[in-house]
Amino acid sequence: MLKEEWNGFKEGQWTSEVNVRDFIQENYEPYEGDASFLAGPTKATNDLWNKVQELQKQERAKGGVLDMETEIVSGITAYGAAYIDPALKDEEKVVGLQTDKPLKRAFMPFGGIKMAEQACLTYGYTPNPELHKIFTEYHKTHNQGVFDAYTPEIMKCRHNKILTGLPDTYGRGRIVGDYRRVALYGIDFLIQEKKMDLFNCGDKTMTDDVIRLREELSEQILALQKMKEMAASYGFDISKPAKNAKEAFQWLYFGYLAAIKTQNGAAMSVGRVSTFLDIYISRDLKNGTLTEEEAQELVDHFVMKLRMVKFARIPSYNQLFSGDPVWATLEVAGFGQDGRSMVTKNDFRFLHTLENMGPAPEPNLTVLYTKRLPLNFKRYASKISIDTSSIQYENDDVMRPVWGDDYSICCCVSATQTGKEMQFFGARANLAKCLLYAINGGVDAKTREQVGPAYRPITSEYLDYDEVLEKFEKMMDWLVEVYVNALNLIHYMHDKYYYEAAEMALIDTDVRRTFATGIAGFSHVVDSLSAIKYAKVKTVRDETGFIVDYEIEGDFPRYGNDDDRADDIAVWLLKTFMKHVKMHHTYRNSEPTTSILTITSNVVYGKATGSMPDGRKAGEPLSPGANPSYGAEKNGLLASLNSVAKLPYEYALDGISNTQTIAPDTLGHNEEERVKTLVGVLDGYFAKGAHHLNVNVFGLDKLRDAMEHPEKPEYANFTIRVSGYAVKFIDLTREQQLDVIARNAHETM
Amino acid sequence: MQGRIHSIETFGSVDGPGIRFVIFLKGCAMRCLFCHNPDTWDPKTDNLKTPDELIDQALRYKDYWGEEGGITVSGGEPLLQIDFLIELFQKAKRHGINTCIDTAGQPFTRKEPFFSQFQELMKVTDLLLMDIKHIDSKIHRELTSVPNDNIIDMFRYLDEIHKPIWIRHVLLPGYTDDDKYLYETRAFIKTLHNVKKIDVLPFHKMGEFKWEKLGYPYRLKETKTPTKARIQNAVDILNGKNDENLI
Repeated sequence: MLKEEWNGFKEGQWTSEVNVRDFIQENYEPYEGDASFLAGPTKATNDLWNKVQELQKQERAKGGVLDMETEIVSGITAYGAAYIDPALKDEEKVVGLQTDKPLKRAFMPFGGIKMAEQACLTYGYTPNPELHKIFTEYHKTHNQGVFDAYTPEIMKCRHNKILTGLPDTYGRGRIVGDYRRVALYGIDFLIQEKKMDLFNCGDKTMTDDVIRLREELSEQILALQKMKEMAASYGFDISKPAKNAKEAFQWLYFGYLAAIKTQNGAAMSVGRVSTFLDIYISRDLKNGTLTEEEAQELVDHFVMKLRMVKFARIPSYNQLFSGDPVWATLEVAGFGQDGRSMVTKNDFRFLHTLENMGPAPEPNLTVLYTKRLPLNFKRYASKISIDTSSIQYENDDVMRPVWGDDYSICCCVSATQTGKEMQFFGARANLAKCLLYAINGGVDAKTREQVGPAYRPITSEYLDYDEVLEKFEKMMDWLVEVYVNALNLIHYMHDKYYYEAAEMALIDTDVRRTFATGIAGFSHVVDSLSAIKYAKVKTVRDETGFIVDYEIEGDFPRYGNDDDRADDIAVWLLKTFMKHVKMHHTYRNSEPTTSILTITSNVVYGKATGSMPDGRKAGEPLSPGANPSYGAEKNGLLASLNSVAKLPYEYALDGISNTQTIAPDTLGHNEEERVKTLVGVLDGYFAKGAHHLNVNVFGLDKLRDAMEHPEKPEYANFTIRVSGYAVKFIDLTREQQLDVIARNAHETM
Repeated sequence: MQGRIHSIETFGSVDGPGIRFVIFLKGCAMRCLFCHNPDTWDPKTDNLKTPDELIDQALRYKDYWGEEGGITVSGGEPLLQIDFLIELFQKAKRHGINTCIDTAGQPFTRKEPFFSQFQELMKVTDLLLMDIKHIDSKIHRELTSVPNDNIIDMFRYLDEIHKPIWIRHVLLPGYTDDDKYLYETRAFIKTLHNVKKIDVLPFHKMGEFKWEKLGYPYRLKETKTPTKARIQNAVDILNGKNDENLI
């Protein structure tokens, strides 16, 4: 039965049950045309964006934070209505802020009161002492729960940074609520459905898991009710479905706003909303109630809000994830199971925001790529990449068979079925350190602590491949066990003390869970093993006999040259790691996955990692994600891409991140040539079965100049892709800037 | 048979149409003052590869080539290894690969045995990237150490057999960046019917460090890279924008 708000939509399963995918498939119109229909920014867009940029400038001048909350604990209804600029209130087509002022950071203590306080103190704010009392004496936090349960062994691994980035002091993030549901169904229907689930949940026997689910469902229902309250404070009634495009954007954003008011996850992704929203725009355009300028304005204002998401972080967090990212990841394009392209005009509009409002790191715009995408769209996306370096690409052809045609990207590169799944995010294990532990009998090269088990260290002068391999796998077996246990414990506590009620309310009750582990130091382990196998690696010991360095005699194949001798080791490494992860029980029967993805943490991880047998010296940055090591590539970009493409996605379902920088002249002499070449690179890379590519197009001169002259206006929004996200270059630490420059940019002579 | 290889570039995007697998060969008899790859002059190398090995390697990149891309052989001077080139391109053609040679034309002659071999090679070559290093044979010799008569003849021959070429003209201040010579070069190009594209390559000094490393005296230390205006001037003249000024 069609509700009045659904007039003009085609009926389907979606009309009687929550099924957004079905709604999209029944109603969207593929677009094969070019970008000529796009509209520029309206006056309202320019006025608002100028205001936001002004605030961003003040924020940078104040050391990275404009304002912070010190009294109020964040929550869905913690604040009343707030606007970018009260004077421009009526120009905002999509409204809603996290706090009472733009760019002001909320106080979010449920992940950990210490971090919330430390974040304030770092930037010169003092939170009300009463808050400290409440969250230590009366209410426990996720962080406290985790540290109550941590084992000494986990603590040691954490301290020695062989396990890093564990989400034990803040929100775990990476859960994408199906925010589209708010627009399509309205809150009342969603509450009704969840109440039905609660009623049916029990099956006569009150086991632990049933009790927990019942409690969670009650929390979800409460969160939905609060979303209505929050919307009402802005003058909107979201109990019923959205009637038009403007309401659809607004309703959807309120769903997302509830998530970012309650959770400070490392990644707070928006999801696959572009094609969905196009259906509403198309209906209004046909009815004559919306113009293309107004449609673009809705997209611009929605994206502007996503560019403004902020969380209070501590310095050690910023070192790992530099540049204040929130991973408001948003997808465009992709193909449907029925063989139709899912590119709509709206996918152009979302990319067009980078022209209308200039480049920006957020939202983390992701093109779900397949060679079959309409050529006009591929060309437009490539052009935007060349102009802004702000887009990432992921292979729809490898993800669709696993996740269907309605998955979102949560965080950087990980797929998740929208509204059907959630993820237990798990940071990463530093396998480069693990290899050094294997060689040195579990003793850490930096702290000289006995961290791993005291297996017999290598005693020979030259490393023997078989011996090293055997010891490495044993050490990996130990590390993975500690790692999975740590994650099990973290996620148990997160569910208990910092449950994501608002996001989970927009996901099916019968949710599928993945357990996302991760690998750091990938290329250095591969190259080290290759050096030991194909060259001669001599150990260098200090006076205590501890191996502190290596001398390589002879040449060896390196990962990144499309040479199977090295690339086979890479495949072996991934499969072996995954094999060990799968041996263990994972929390709530989640499905274990892994990623080869480091974000900007490769610099910090590298600092804690000793010299490697591949020639990398102690303290130098690790290469990011699944990237080959700096300087390893000898046969050009495509050989490097082919090496990464060999890693089987089925073994790294959480994603394989690759970041490449190409100088404009290397792509071609003019825009047309460059666009054509980049489309060729993407077509070829993804046809090889690769998973992900960050594309940067600029010369090293620009990076060097931006590092020395960050004050130049042209660099204010200069955005680059790093492993898994985009960042303003001037927001990186100097060390990270140097690291980006050191990476082998593909420039030809 | 094995080719003497200098290096491989899997991502050539300005060395022929589309994305190209570029094979740089060792050995060149010319000694161009502006050469940015003097390390390819000496034919000696341990890096020897058979056509089969190279084709296998190149085919790994077929997915990137699309409709236009393929293999380009550059150097060094590819035509110095013409037997190898013929076998390589014959095999490439069996796989439907687009073939392209980046040559300075120095080995060309209508004498045997070269000429028959060259005719054989042209049967399996789709495009040649050529340069007229200098239109005046005497200055050509000064600039490259060899005269240009046989190279001019090669242009004429390729025109006779309707073999498509791209012209890539190095713009070198003090040598080729003189309107008189640019117009003379243009007049010559105008007599050809097989020219599909004319590019200007502005002189750069990025190869200088290689000269020093090899212990060769670099004679263009004082030469400046051409200005944007001079580059545009050369592009315009060579592409026929100012043909009314031709004598």
